[in-house]
Amino acid sequence: MTFPASAELRNDPVALIRDKALWIRRRSFQMVYEAQLGHPGGDFSAADVLATLYFGVLRHDPADPRHPTRDRFVMSKGHCTGAFYAVLAAAGFFPEAQLNTYMQPLSLLNGHPNRNYLPGVETNTGPLGHGLPVSVGIAIAGQIDNADYRTFVLTGDGELQEGSNWEAALTAGHRKLENLTLIIDRNRLQQGARTEETAGLDPLDDKWRAFGWQVEMVDGHDHRALYEVLSKSPKGRGKPLCVIANTFKGKGVSFMHDNVAWHHGVPNKEQYEQAMRELA
Amino acid sequence: MSAAAPAPAGWHDCRDTFSKTVEALAESDPRIVTVVSDSVGSSKLVNFRKRWPERMVNVGIAEQTVVAVGAGLANGGKIPFVSAAACFLTARAMEQIKADIAYTNVNVKLIGQSSGVAYGELGPTHHSIEDMAWLRLLNNLTLIVPSDPWETEQAIRAAAALDGPVFIRVSRMPVPDLKRSNAKFEIGKAETLRDGDDLAIIANGVMVHRALAAAEALAADGIAARVINMSTVNPLDEATILEAAKTGAVVTVEEHSVRGGLGGAVAEVLATHDPVPMRILGFPGFLPTGSADWLLEHFHLNAAGIADAARQLLARK
Repeated sequence: MTFPASAELRNDPVALIRDKALWIRRRSFQMVYEAQLGHPGGDFSAADVLATLYFGVLRHDPADPRHPTRDRFVMSKGHCTGAFYAVLAAAGFFPEAQLNTYMQPLSLLNGHPNRNYLPGVETNTGPLGHGLPVSVGIAIAGQIDNADYRTFVLTGDGELQEGSNWEAALTAGHRKLENLTLIIDRNRLQQGARTEETAGLDPLDDKWRAFGWQVEMVDGHDHRALYEVLSKSPKGRGKPLCVIANTFKGKGVSFMHDNVAWHHGVPNKEQYEQAMRELA
Repeated sequence: MSAAAPAPAGWHDCRDTFSKTVEALAESDPRIVTVVSDSVGSSKLVNFRKRWPERMVNVGIAEQTVVAVGAGLANGGKIPFVSAAACFLTARAMEQIKADIAYTNVNVKLIGQSSGVAYGELGPTHHSIEDMAWLRLLNNLTLIVPSDPWETEQAIRAAAALDGPVFIRVSRMPVPDLKRSNAKFEIGKAETLRDGDDLAIIANGVMVHRALAAAEALAADGIAARVINMSTVNPLDEATILEAAKTGAVVTVEEHSVRGGLGGAVAEVLATHDPVPMRILGFPGFLPTGSADWLLEHFHLNAAGIADAARQLLARK
């Protein structure tokens, strides 16, 4: 199997990642505006991570989305389907026109991703705390087979309040799953308030280290930093990797920036037009 | 764990059948792996671990993860048998069973060990008499409650051959080998073990041999009871239930709550298509202290109790 798209981009994909991240923001916000539903704040905090993965890191082939040696990406923060569907369309898993059906009756673009509807989705998420435990299972399958594919999972940070993550973290550390990479979208906001005012997570890096993980902290909107930390070969690391991507909810639009109201807020016409002007 | 009475000679603990069958499958199919939550001994998988340590994934006491890891292993091309105590596997990990296994529709086999009241004296936290009701609501999850070693082996083999999610209840309560004239197992097909046209008794799991004994007792009174082994609860064999309704009276018997399990499933079919007098035999809810055998006797889930219920029902025909 060849993965031409990503292989070509290995030279220096950062410019392309930057373009795709902007496109994901614009396209996902259009989806949310038209559907008057969605989670645009989290779409924007995750957009740069998703663009980096799909246009710089993942070995994938949209023509053969279930190839056994593909890299896996699990979108644990399944409510951020605006950005996730946009990046899957941008990567060629389905036609961009399908994005126009977002959350419409009988659309394959459900509010949360369904593997049986759309190629490129690995597992059905929506309830929080599910992506990491499933990803641990995928990584164990790879470990048993001595396969060289990698498994990436993106969680929110508020999501880490779900205990299932910590069960899975124990097993991943215990089994030294170096083929597993967890990326935490650390935007410090959950649905209703700041994480640290709700059930605080800091010191988050120490927690993962204590569970046997290697931890890297990056600016989650810095494409080069994300590309470097995510594309580095895991061979010989001997531990699962946790990348804490420090981000801002609503990143890219002034009135949404770090504003909890945009967790699942949806724009009116004026807000939509202003956001599109800012996302130029 | 439970201070159950020694099994009568020739009776079996179906967990042994489970482990022997999984080992036999694993010999010829490298995709078969087992996934446990510290439940190696209680699943009778010590020998599997000895033979294929790299193919047993033990996540520790973590039921949410044991189910989710099963889903992930299936994504990676494995056929995982996730084996844990039925009470914890279902109640603790119900959302993982719903979202990661059933809704995602992955090729995972969940084995609910020591189901029903097998843990007897340990009490309602360890009883699993709600699982059939919870699980049969997941429309694409095949749900099988085998009655004896032969059927347990057939169910495990059929589950491995089926590309999709399956839950199998495996009891530790000793059961005899059932006598079958035409032994053929098929998922979704009920088995008529005894003919009779006065009424039908529909049972599954460890209650099937008790239902047969009840039919024998009824025969002494000149009552011909049909006995149906409804081992697959989902998908449900509605045709056989509707045939049973033609006898004019239906008794269901399950090692489960009377709410929403096999009796509930049969009642839905009868109420919709052919309402006939019916009795649902099972447990009323949280149970008092007692061994598994004592609980079955106390709640009349024995040959005499089933036969009495049948006689009462016949009076309403």
